[in-house]
Amino acid sequence: MATTMIHATIDGRPVEVEAGTTIMQAAETIGIRIPRLCYHPKLSLEGACRICIVDVKGMRFFPASCATKVTEGMEITTGSPEIRQARRDIVELLLDNHPMDCQTCERDANCELQNLAYQLGVRERLFDGKRKEFEVEDSSYSIVRNSEKCVLCQRCVRVCAEVQGVHNLSQQWRGASTVVAPAFEARMIESICINCGQCINVCPTAAWVEKSWTEDVWNALNDPKKHVVVHIAPSIRAAIGEGFGLPPGTPTEGKTAAALRRLGFDKVFDTNFSADLTIVEESNEFLKRLQNGGTLPLITSCSPGWVKFMEHFYPGFIPNMSTCKSPMSMHSTVIKTYYAEKAGIDPKDIFVVAVMPCTAKKYESRRPEFMSADGRPDTDAVLTTRELIWMIKAYGIDFLHLADEEFDHPLGYSTGAADIFGTTGGVLEAALRTAVEMATGKELVDIEFKQVRGVDGLQEASLDVGGTTLKVAVANGLHNARVLLDRIKAGETFHMIEIMACPGGCVGGGGQPYPHQGEYTIDFDLYRKRAGALYAIDKDKELRKSHKNPHVLELYKDYLGEVGGHKAHELLHTHYQVRAPRGI
Amino acid sequence: MGTILEQYAKLQAETKERMHQRMKAHQIEIHIGDATCENAAGSLDVRDEFEKLIEASGRSDIVIKKTGCTGRCSAEPIVGVMQHGKPPFKYQSVTPEKVRRIFTEHILNGQIVLDYLLDKKTKNEYRYQVAFYKNSTFCGAEPFDAMEVAKAGLHKAGLDETAVKLSLCLNRGLFISHCDVQYYMIVFPQIVRYRIRNQADLDRVLAGHLVGGQVVTDLVEEEDALFDRYLTTYADIEFFSKQTRLTLRNSGIVDPESLDDYVFYCGFGAAARVLDGMTPEEVVAEVKKSGLRGRGGAGFLTGLKWEFAQKAKNPKRYIICNADEGDPGAFMDRSTLEGDPFSIIEGMIIGAYATGANQGFCYIRAEYPLAIQRVELAIDKARKAGLLGKNILGSGFDFDLEIRLGAGAFVCGEETALMHSIEGRRGQPRIRPPFPAESGLWGCPTTINNVETWANIPVVFQYGADWFARIGTEKSKGTKVFALAGKVKNTGLVEVPMGTTLRNVIFDIGGGIPGDKTIKAVQTGGPSGGCIPVEMLDTEVDYDSLAAIGSIMGSGGMIVLDEDSCMVDVAKFFLEFTMSESCGKCTPCREGTLRMYEILERITRGESREGDLDRLERLANLVKKTALCGLGQTAPNPVLSTLKHFRDEYEIHVKEKRCPAKVCKKLIVYEIDTNKCIGCTACARVCPVNCIAGKPKTPHEIDKTKCIRCGQCWTTCKFDAIRKI
Repeated sequence: MATTMIHATIDGRPVEVEAGTTIMQAAETIGIRIPRLCYHPKLSLEGACRICIVDVKGMRFFPASCATKVTEGMEITTGSPEIRQARRDIVELLLDNHPMDCQTCERDANCELQNLAYQLGVRERLFDGKRKEFEVEDSSYSIVRNSEKCVLCQRCVRVCAEVQGVHNLSQQWRGASTVVAPAFEARMIESICINCGQCINVCPTAAWVEKSWTEDVWNALNDPKKHVVVHIAPSIRAAIGEGFGLPPGTPTEGKTAAALRRLGFDKVFDTNFSADLTIVEESNEFLKRLQNGGTLPLITSCSPGWVKFMEHFYPGFIPNMSTCKSPMSMHSTVIKTYYAEKAGIDPKDIFVVAVMPCTAKKYESRRPEFMSADGRPDTDAVLTTRELIWMIKAYGIDFLHLADEEFDHPLGYSTGAADIFGTTGGVLEAALRTAVEMATGKELVDIEFKQVRGVDGLQEASLDVGGTTLKVAVANGLHNARVLLDRIKAGETFHMIEIMACPGGCVGGGGQPYPHQGEYTIDFDLYRKRAGALYAIDKDKELRKSHKNPHVLELYKDYLGEVGGHKAHELLHTHYQVRAPRGI
Repeated sequence: MGTILEQYAKLQAETKERMHQRMKAHQIEIHIGDATCENAAGSLDVRDEFEKLIEASGRSDIVIKKTGCTGRCSAEPIVGVMQHGKPPFKYQSVTPEKVRRIFTEHILNGQIVLDYLLDKKTKNEYRYQVAFYKNSTFCGAEPFDAMEVAKAGLHKAGLDETAVKLSLCLNRGLFISHCDVQYYMIVFPQIVRYRIRNQADLDRVLAGHLVGGQVVTDLVEEEDALFDRYLTTYADIEFFSKQTRLTLRNSGIVDPESLDDYVFYCGFGAAARVLDGMTPEEVVAEVKKSGLRGRGGAGFLTGLKWEFAQKAKNPKRYIICNADEGDPGAFMDRSTLEGDPFSIIEGMIIGAYATGANQGFCYIRAEYPLAIQRVELAIDKARKAGLLGKNILGSGFDFDLEIRLGAGAFVCGEETALMHSIEGRRGQPRIRPPFPAESGLWGCPTTINNVETWANIPVVFQYGADWFARIGTEKSKGTKVFALAGKVKNTGLVEVPMGTTLRNVIFDIGGGIPGDKTIKAVQTGGPSGGCIPVEMLDTEVDYDSLAAIGSIMGSGGMIVLDEDSCMVDVAKFFLEFTMSESCGKCTPCREGTLRMYEILERITRGESREGDLDRLERLANLVKKTALCGLGQTAPNPVLSTLKHFRDEYEIHVKEKRCPAKVCKKLIVYEIDTNKCIGCTACARVCPVNCIAGKPKTPHEIDKTKCIRCGQCWTTCKFDAIRKI
């Protein structure tokens, strides 16, 4: 079908756009980026903030350009004095009900409201009055809500519902008392929040931030009695550089390891080691289920957001879940058992810090399943990528000019299979590299499973493994997971599935660096670049299959015994629980 | 005649038979208003009392009939005594005590209790009462003044005003389908309707009927079920006779819980005719031709709205009745819901047929429990009678109706918010387009009209679009119901043709301003409307003329303000309402109304800052121009219209820190008139800050520096010695 072209003028300039184009999009074709706030390219159109208003000849009101389609002959004015004053006034109205604490705010210099106020020229305050007052809601292990900073753009509400399919957030009350919160203003910790942190990523201000654990880490680092150990997740190395001005997709594992040593960590390990370990356990689990008629598809359990989502909404899939702990929790366990024993340190004196792209990992670290019998968490503190960036900056470390350093061994050594855990499809690919080789008993030569690569929401593939066809699928973004799980419920067969809560997998995690001015999260081009860094690291590595990691093999030999054996089960596996609401 | 009309004829015949049997058995019917307003005024106690008295009298021919409200609020509870061969008598503000007199004197002994009569209009027992209805669309020759001719003719025959009461009714174009008829004339107590084409016709009726006592049969107009009962019941009372009741045609007359009553007065006849002989396209064309515009406020052409839905691609459609009446002081829709629920159902059947919907929703605010109960009952009865559900009247057309309750948000009257609410989501508006006709409930094409619009649909089809289009103005057809309130004698529901002037409504029907006060302004359209100054009282009320002077028709609120009203306070009152009813979604409405309210607060407290009026105006224009939905876009209207017409009053508040109407408490200064003060010490004793001093029996004095302006001294003083300045 031929597309109809629409002709209109914007600020007197003729534009020709396809039917269905919005005024905002049309303006971009002539180089005008209409100021905006609630708009987000990956979310539905709300038209709530009214900052992107324009003047359209013949219309009584100023329509929101984000949501108004261009029609034939439309005469649009984007920057008349009246429009500019209206935008200025709207932004001032937002500021009037916003705490004036920019200098001490987490988002200072990286705040969309602040930018708008500057750009639109709010230089005086005309309408100043009473401000809303809310307590900071910090019941959650992962996420803190400061409703005083909320501009009610509803991006968080939309991302939670539309991208994550969780629907935890909505507006409560009305008018100037409106507040975004879980239903009936339930505390976040009691809500169905899965802690994914996507609300933080899309928030234009600091109304949502992660619960900062940096103080605990500084304190541990300065406690001479503590042996402070850090390990970083695969996707950190692909994104942390952005916090220091490096282009997205710059691999920085060497600089990160160096920076962590400067911060004073006693050991700088790599979560990757346990990514390899996870693959060895999980592939074994998968093959056993395949051979013994166990519950299939086997579904990965690395993503704590996904795990909680499953427990709330799809508890029927608990038997399908891999019982393997996530790499973070495996690694922390290994540190506090194997490493502690080897190094001769009392596990009580070891403080384990995990740097994760993820806010839900903070929650995972406080799940009772991941605590020792006396109630000490295996992972003492979890930092997001953003928090680590702050710490490095706060310490004054010149990240960009650090010489590359290596991780400490043995728990800092990994194969390429572990690196790709950081992107969607990576866990499945890593598992296949091992499982296929184990199943066929033949060495796998072509190890890149490109069918499951790509950052889009759903990927599926059929693989021939020694004459058996394996159906596998990858979902990222829990809305996509819902689609896939509903298909399975309806009778479709799969053998193995990887699900990551966040769009793009960990490279798009809720703890990753904020987008730069004028850019948005859930940007798949950005995620592709971050993923590209991980694939590049993988490609450069000599060993690219988890079960070839010599230090992992040594761990089994020295300590764990058999793969999937009793001790491995005790230390490396977990279980799940049904949570309300069940099976909506 | 198709089978559908046959089925309907059968239904009506059976109903008529039942009704005639009943009428025969009932010598006297006592009509008692049973609506939320009537009940609140005490009608339930009145009914109990009548029931007791009837039982004690042992008379089975005296029965009580439940009706909706007549819309004559300040006179409720209203009781009508209907007796064959006698004019109807209505009593006002009836109490159980009054019931006892009415029952003994009037019902049992035929002596009318003049003291209690509604509006005390009937001072005597006239031999005849005559009501003339002038046809505004008269096209014949020789126009003449019927009142003058009748007066002269009767005088000549020796009948003066004590024997015959003449009245001219304002109804314009009403029920007159022939343009050569100049007047309709109803003669009581016989209730005979005459067609008067020229003076000769009138002379014949005067001579034949009023003088000679014989009905002039060839001039008698046959029964018109839609309007007769209303006119015959209420034509003698000016408040009613000057109205033109289409929407409220049944309210206060039929038993809202009786399908028989509704069908008896041709109810569902329009629906039967539509289903029998019209295609959906023809139905839409007819509604378009009638010129009916949405009565919810925006005034969009109903036929056009239906056409969009009819032409939509998706075959699954819905229709909705918006019964989320939320304007403070508005109760037009409640009256219809409680007084005539079947008319809404009939309108919706026609609308559903035209737009291809098989499912409808009636979205009623939960604060209307009686309305909900009545509509529920009506749906149930209609369903049992085959008027809802599968295969309506054997037409093969299926349509059913469900009730959804609103949780008490004003914004849910906005159509997209309302649909969100029905879907179980937060009731807040979304950006349009897409309009509901394209993508409404659950993404399906949806036709949404308010109660008053739906209630008008059967009228359009009973009398035809041409007839309907003759009522009203060029661009606003039909009538509009207003909830008349404030500083006016007759508060209540007033339905007049579009184009009636505000002055007509307030003075002719509303009876003017109580006391010796002067009118200052009229506020129309509820919180979304504006204040119209007294100089504009001759504005003809329709959608466009009200919009042109900065107000709106809205859903029909009309509040009369007199010299004692402070316009700044009025603006603040409405703004406070919209501010707290803002859904909170868009910035200008959520934050803008808050700041506007703060400015008004400052002004009314004498704390205004330099430039506050400009700031207020700037914000008001911002909100109006940029808010997302109708609520926000119209929220500044009360402020903008008062700023426009009463700016001087604002300026006095700001510059002189004075409230000319003496309403804004903080701006009132109290002073003791030493000539009037007798030194009783009452004021000094109630003063909470002890700022009134003086010896007993000598004039007191207020220390204005300490006074907190609470006004307690003013309320307490029995000698009018405390002045507000």
